[in-house]
Amino acid sequence: MQSKENILEVNHLKINFKTYAGTVKAIRDVSFNLKKGETLAIVGESGSGKTVTTRSIMGLLANNAVVAGGNVLFHGQDVLKMSQRELENLRGAKIAQIFQDPMTSLDPTMRIGRQIAEPLMVHKGVKKAKAMAQALEMMKLVGITDAENRINDYPHQFSGGMRQRIVIAIALINYPEILIADEPTTALDVTIQAQILDLMRELQDKIETSIIFITHDLGVVAGMADRVAVMYAGKIVEFGTVDEIFYNPKHPYTWGLLSSMPTLDTNGDELPSIPGTPPDLLDPPKGDAFAARNSYALKIDTEKEPPFFKVSDTHYAATWLLHPDAPKVTPPEQIIERQKKFAKMQQQLEDKKLHHKVEETEEQP
Amino acid sequence: MAKYLLKRIFYLLLTLFIVITVTFFLMKLLPGTPLQNQQKLSPSEQHLILKQYGLTKPIWQQYLTYVGGVLHGNFGTSFQFSDQPVSYLISSRIGPSLLLGTQAMILGVVPGILVGALGAIKKNTWVDTTTTIVSILGISIPSFVLAVLLQYFIGLKLHLLPIADWGGFAYTVLPTIALAASPFADTARFTRTEMVDVLNSDYIELARAKGLSKWGVIYHHALRNSLIPVVTIIGPLAVNIMTGSMVIENIFSIPGIGEQFVKSILTNDYPTIMAVTIVYSVMLMVVLLITDIVYGIIDPRIRISGKSN
Amino acid sequence: MADEVKLPADSFEPLDKSKHLDSEKIAAPNLTFMQDAWRRLKKNKSAIIAMIILVIFFVLAFGSAFISPHNPNAVNPQLANLPPKWPGVNINGVNGTLVQAGSRVNAYQAAGAGAGVHYWLGTDYLGRDMLSRILFGTRISLTVAVVATAVDLLIGVSFGLFSGWKGGWIDNFMQRVIEIIMSIPTLVVVVLLILILKPGMTSITLAIAFSSWTTMARLIRAQTMELKGQEYVLAAQTLGESSIKIAFKHLLPNLSSIIIIQTMFTIPSAIFFEAFLSFVGIGISAPQASLGTLLNDGQKNFQFLPYQMWYPAIVLSVIMIAFNIFADGLRDAFDPQTKE
Repeated sequence: MQSKENILEVNHLKINFKTYAGTVKAIRDVSFNLKKGETLAIVGESGSGKTVTTRSIMGLLANNAVVAGGNVLFHGQDVLKMSQRELENLRGAKIAQIFQDPMTSLDPTMRIGRQIAEPLMVHKGVKKAKAMAQALEMMKLVGITDAENRINDYPHQFSGGMRQRIVIAIALINYPEILIADEPTTALDVTIQAQILDLMRELQDKIETSIIFITHDLGVVAGMADRVAVMYAGKIVEFGTVDEIFYNPKHPYTWGLLSSMPTLDTNGDELPSIPGTPPDLLDPPKGDAFAARNSYALKIDTEKEPPFFKVSDTHYAATWLLHPDAPKVTPPEQIIERQKKFAKMQQQLEDKKLHHKVEETEEQP
Repeated sequence: MAKYLLKRIFYLLLTLFIVITVTFFLMKLLPGTPLQNQQKLSPSEQHLILKQYGLTKPIWQQYLTYVGGVLHGNFGTSFQFSDQPVSYLISSRIGPSLLLGTQAMILGVVPGILVGALGAIKKNTWVDTTTTIVSILGISIPSFVLAVLLQYFIGLKLHLLPIADWGGFAYTVLPTIALAASPFADTARFTRTEMVDVLNSDYIELARAKGLSKWGVIYHHALRNSLIPVVTIIGPLAVNIMTGSMVIENIFSIPGIGEQFVKSILTNDYPTIMAVTIVYSVMLMVVLLITDIVYGIIDPRIRISGKSN
Repeated sequence: MADEVKLPADSFEPLDKSKHLDSEKIAAPNLTFMQDAWRRLKKNKSAIIAMIILVIFFVLAFGSAFISPHNPNAVNPQLANLPPKWPGVNINGVNGTLVQAGSRVNAYQAAGAGAGVHYWLGTDYLGRDMLSRILFGTRISLTVAVVATAVDLLIGVSFGLFSGWKGGWIDNFMQRVIEIIMSIPTLVVVVLLILILKPGMTSITLAIAFSSWTTMARLIRAQTMELKGQEYVLAAQTLGESSIKIAFKHLLPNLSSIIIIQTMFTIPSAIFFEAFLSFVGIGISAPQASLGTLLNDGQKNFQFLPYQMWYPAIVLSVIMIAFNIFADGLRDAFDPQTKE
């Protein structure tokens, strides 16, 4: 995975919003990259800046947004510096997006076939008849039953799950290199959620697209993502592979998120939650933005923002707890369980490798 | 759809019946007879006239006669012009009113839509501010004030168009403008609000994410969705124009139904008042019915649900 | 990546949990709904200007009942149709001169008025002071509009509340009634009512009220239906509170913004109807004046004495504009979604 090229790099991105009340610092120095074919999950509470980040990748920031620094490189080209024209050529062709609520994201007065075919006609100049034929293929691919008869139906004639399939069909019709899925299952029933996630996984293999998966639900992340970035108050606080984040989290915020997620092993009646509310980004607090809600906070957290500390080649976390001088703290019980499991998994992996080696040597004459 | 239509027509007829009944009995509550304009008559002559008008019969009989008459297009005889049947009075005057009303509706709605849409697209720019000011003025300044202003400046000072009277297209221009101002402003405001809502909607965001250009988004997605609801305000606009026509026709001396209505009120000509009331109600009900049907045809959401019902 | 800078020795001391955790603290100040709306309204400059203009008009119109430059009904045929004259200002239009038969004449001299006599806005065809009459007329117009709106409010809100709260066939029936009323042009209803009640201030007020409550009733009903399904209303019902108590305690406070906004839109339309009817000649009758009757009087001599029409027209238009702008501002303040 490491060897693959980055198709998208976000470097030190800073975005402010000018509002009546003042300047909201929505994105405060965010960096990450996306590799070909991988799925990156961005996890965080609402208002943490997940959606703003993806908007900036699409060049769809609101009018009152100001890019205060950084860049977004798509194949080395800065999206933030592109002309309107270049952005239009990018959207829906190279980078496509699925929105949160399928009930409102389809044009209620346009037949769905036409809506699916539209990106083809806009970007590839495909004639209508041919575009509709391709739209029909795509409808079948995303699992819309009886597609031939339904291609001329209107959105309100479909259920929520079906509508989200249509939205996915619209996004994928041009085989985009990047698919941004902004909480694509939040508005759906749990059973439909699973279907949509399965569909996305299946299509990712067929279409070979990279996915940025935005969610507040860590449960969804486990089965979908290769890597995870945890965002809090406009910053990434921890990132790593799925296993690293799930079984060896280092940031107290990630601990909180994981502990508040029920698992099969959860016992007791109470599900812990993270106390308090995210900070006001009109006037972000000095030091670590999470300090006020962090029961592991150190004195320095209120004075100085923590830098990223390296945990492994792929795993970094921004918390002073990783500083060599920091006191040893005991994470919540659930996290310790997870870390134990992680250690066991690593051990098994090692064992397997060893075993493999042994076998290999045995085969030698 | 057919079932819905039948239901609507049933309600329309019911409403019409209620309107006829209520106006009839309200008028009966009022003092005043055809005699008020001809006082010096002997009692027997008076009785003869009352009998001519059918006013000597018991009220319920008068009512039945009236309803029966209305169904045949007979609204009785005018008190004011004792030799004229009301139906003739109205039919001879409805032409100018319909012409003015239609012209005002077109002149109000079409530019109103354009201006409203433009205001929404250019939201928070000087274009938007200008259209907002124009529509506030259009809503606030009463049509009769505007009418007199037009008369004074365009007719009297600049001699560009006739000040009043009736007789050809030139005579319709000023009254049409005066009548159209308020529907124009209403349409512009309504369209702007609808369009702003639509432009903020998720499906417009998705259309942008598809890579459509700004005007592509507006043309293919925003316009249709914000224009469909405009159909729903045609009814209220028609009321607006009917109301306005009463005073505008007076100011410009246009021989229309509105001018007749005012005259009839001032002379207590009850049969004519009742007839005009009924005619106005019928016109409004027909407009409401048509806009309902049109709305059902152009909005796919209603079209389908109508079918399945 | 780790920081190389030397950090103070005590940097890594844990903070006292009980002191720094702010689980109960909410970042934004706590404002009531009305305070929040007022805060937004204050930011809307045009709405505030409109509000100030309205306040000035109300104060002038109602204050003039006590202090008025002249008696608005005092007839003075000698001094009829005098143009405006401002003391010490010599600009055509406000210096008491008129263009008659192609040449400018001093109307005050011609009428034999003393040097100290000046009417700020001139006099009408009976020699009554226009300024006093406009103030008087504005007072009547505003009174009619405000009282009509209050009655409209009373009928509309109770009808809508009842219909929405009861639901079922009662609601169905009441909605049919509204539909029927709405399919008759408002003005026709007003005219019929005025004919029955005899022209005059009371009848015109009632007529406007009776014919315009339907919009309010519909809005209130729709909102009531929505509120009815809310948990806190259901809870109150479950606890056995009476419908009337629920209406006053739970429904009305939540309907207040709709009521206020709709009221602000009803007042200008009532002003319009009053002016309209008086202009046509079936509204306020002499010697009382309203903006509508003043316009009607002014229109008769408009070709020769345009000032008699100008001033009432300007006052009427400014009041209407101010009300509409203020109402728009209120709506945006109460319902921020429509703006953003």
